[in-house]
Amino acid sequence: MDDFLHMGGYARFVWPSYGIALAVLIWNVWSALRLHASALERALRRVAMDQSQTTEPASIHAPARTGEAP
Amino acid sequence: MATWTWFHKLSSPPHFYRIAGRLIPWFAIPAALLIVGGIYGGLVRAPADYQQGDAFRIVYVHAPAAWLSLMCYTTMAAAAAVGLVWRIKLAHALAAATAPIGASFALLCLATGSLWGRPMWGTWWEWDARLTSQLILFFLYLGYMALRSAFDDLQRADRASAVLAIVGVVNVPIIHFSVYWWNSLHQGSTVLRKGGPAMPPSMLIPLLMCLGGFTLLYAALVCIRVRGEVLVRERNAAWLRELGPV
Repeated sequence: MDDFLHMGGYARFVWPSYGIALAVLIWNVWSALRLHASALERALRRVAMDQSQTTEPASIHAPARTGEAP
Repeated sequence: MATWTWFHKLSSPPHFYRIAGRLIPWFAIPAALLIVGGIYGGLVRAPADYQQGDAFRIVYVHAPAAWLSLMCYTTMAAAAAVGLVWRIKLAHALAAATAPIGASFALLCLATGSLWGRPMWGTWWEWDARLTSQLILFFLYLGYMALRSAFDDLQRADRASAVLAIVGVVNVPIIHFSVYWWNSLHQGSTVLRKGGPAMPPSMLIPLLMCLGGFTLLYAALVCIRVRGEVLVRERNAAWLRELGPV
């Protein structure tokens, strides 16, 4: 185990490389999920505002609900 | 005809949104398995290199990062060109979604390259053809994203940034061939070269797993991001009402 962590004397180059790689992977997943979540929240808020402003029932223009989750 | 109908359907935002959502686990799960397996193989199973010792193990994150940074840029430029020529909003959304992913992997490639260069070449950084052209790639990504954020109008941002993405694509072959055109510290290709890969299978298989895993991860990430971009672009579409409780 010590040999493995020692990386033949290159530990201070190998492990930081993998650490940065892990950070980049985590950032990518986190930022993609956050972008989608905030865009969804804004889109739903916009739709809610449009609906509350319109006098006509919105369902005239809306496609039939399939009941399926997107 | 059938293909065209399918393509047309896919390019409609609600269909794309739904299909991309279903595809995410099909990309993400194999990506995670391949990356974990590849890194295990690279760190534990592969033998130390006869010249570089254990330092060569940086290749398992460095080469996939380099590959993705180039693949993302090419994808971004192609999508931007399609968006510009045929005025397809979804293509611009794909280009915009790809840029931050590509930028992060270009940075990872530079950072791991620097950590690898120090013990092997005796320097963290050299103004060498390969390193400099890769740094320019990173700046092109940053420029693309900065230009996009400079416009309030999304359509103008799409068009202006598309031009930058297309012009910058000349850098991609320069990076790839830089090690052959100029005297570079950087070694040539190990996998894609005449006479086959210059690695034994115990080293090569983990590398191929990491390359495949990173590519699938890009596919999963871009699906999530394009869905976000679609929501931003579809301002008043009726289908948005189906997305959740309003």
